Amino acid sequence: MTPLLSATQTAARRTLPLALCLAAAGCSGPQSALDPAGREAETVAHLFFVMTIGGAVIWLAVIALAVYAGGFKQRTLSEETGQRLILWGGAVVPTLILAALLAYALWLMPDLRPWTREAMAEGGVKGHVTAEQYWWRVRMEGPGGPVESANELIVPVGQRVDLTLTSPDVIHSFWIPALAGKIDMIPGRTNRITLRADRPGVYRGVCAEFCGESHALMAFTVRAVPPQEHAALAAAEARPAAVTSGEGLRLFLEKGCAACHAIRGTEARGGVGPDLTHVGSRPTIAAATLPNDQASRERFLRNPDAVKPGVRMPGYDMLPPAEIETLARFLGDLK
Amino acid sequence: MFIHGGRNETLWPLIGPPAVWAIHFTASYVWAAIACAKTTHEDAIYLTARIGIGVMTVLALAAIAYASYHAWRVWGFGRYEPPHADDTEEDRRRFLGYATLLLAALSAVSVIFVALPAAFIPECTW
Repeated sequence: MTPLLSATQTAARRTLPLALCLAAAGCSGPQSALDPAGREAETVAHLFFVMTIGGAVIWLAVIALAVYAGGFKQRTLSEETGQRLILWGGAVVPTLILAALLAYALWLMPDLRPWTREAMAEGGVKGHVTAEQYWWRVRMEGPGGPVESANELIVPVGQRVDLTLTSPDVIHSFWIPALAGKIDMIPGRTNRITLRADRPGVYRGVCAEFCGESHALMAFTVRAVPPQEHAALAAAEARPAAVTSGEGLRLFLEKGCAACHAIRGTEARGGVGPDLTHVGSRPTIAAATLPNDQASRERFLRNPDAVKPGVRMPGYDMLPPAEIETLARFLGDLK
Repeated sequence: MFIHGGRNETLWPLIGPPAVWAIHFTASYVWAAIACAKTTHEDAIYLTARIGIGVMTVLALAAIAYASYHAWRVWGFGRYEPPHADDTEEDRRRFLGYATLLLAALSAVSVIFVALPAAFIPECTW
């Protein structure tokens, strides 16, 4: 063995466990279908493992047979045995396996998409999500009527959440890998999804259907909190803005921000872009693209297109830095 | 059309079972789509479609079984080994019968797979 080859093998032997650990670490986290935190996602993960293990077993059997036939089998089969092998191994057994897998997947479907009459009559949180290039309009039903927000979904742990989904522009797809399967959001059509978070935590939802240049930057945060905390957060979300006067709001109205954005409790009533009433309380801005801090807000205000190519919001680079700073601080104060 | 008859060989019976599969497939999908577009959750339109697909499945399988029996007969009830490649009238008939029988088996499995969702899914995903 040459020293070089030996060194390579040693290196491979040392790095392989590390690589496997890294790969396994990728299986958990806020956006993993393999680390389910809800009932629907658990069903999906279960289906995935059954199919993967089933596929691996079939693959191993076929490869073992090929190795046996190619390397070890000395005598040829009789024609009769060969035909029997083709009939059973090539037709009957695959048909039975496919039938079993199909029946299993179909049997899971009512649980994956529990839109039955009984389920709809059950209580739970209801809401409507609209996917727009490249952000999410979230309208949750509350005791005082619908409350609009954006790019953040707050759900109570252990309770059903029924969402109707649509899109005004192109096809998007709604996917919170840790909580449920994905479903398309299609212009002119209303789809539904139900989910139930079983573990409190912060999860990440994404757009799973290519929708334009900033498709990969179209995500949202899902916060699963205990029901009492959810009630408090929903009530806070329904309240008007925390700041309804001052220099920041004056600039917001004067510079035209209000033409597209609404801040409840003020004159800003635009409906084109995300509702900013409580934007300061959200963990991220620009649909989970940037952290919600002063520097990021200023950066986005100055040149949104540099952060999210194709975004509809124009840049405000022409404003003096002091005004940008005031605006960004005002938005951060909208808790 | 389903029967390999007389002395003249024809290819038509060969496509009998796949044709049944195609018709069953189209009818099932169209029926389910129309039912789900029209249902209001208070009526039994979707239930009717499920039962209808069940009945169509039984009819389709019966037609395929009928075609298979005749194909089996034309093949010679398995008395002769494939591949039936000789340039004789008998072998041509046996080949057609054998091929029809295999297609009938494929069509029967397909008809069942197409109908399975109707058996498992209790409501329209409207």
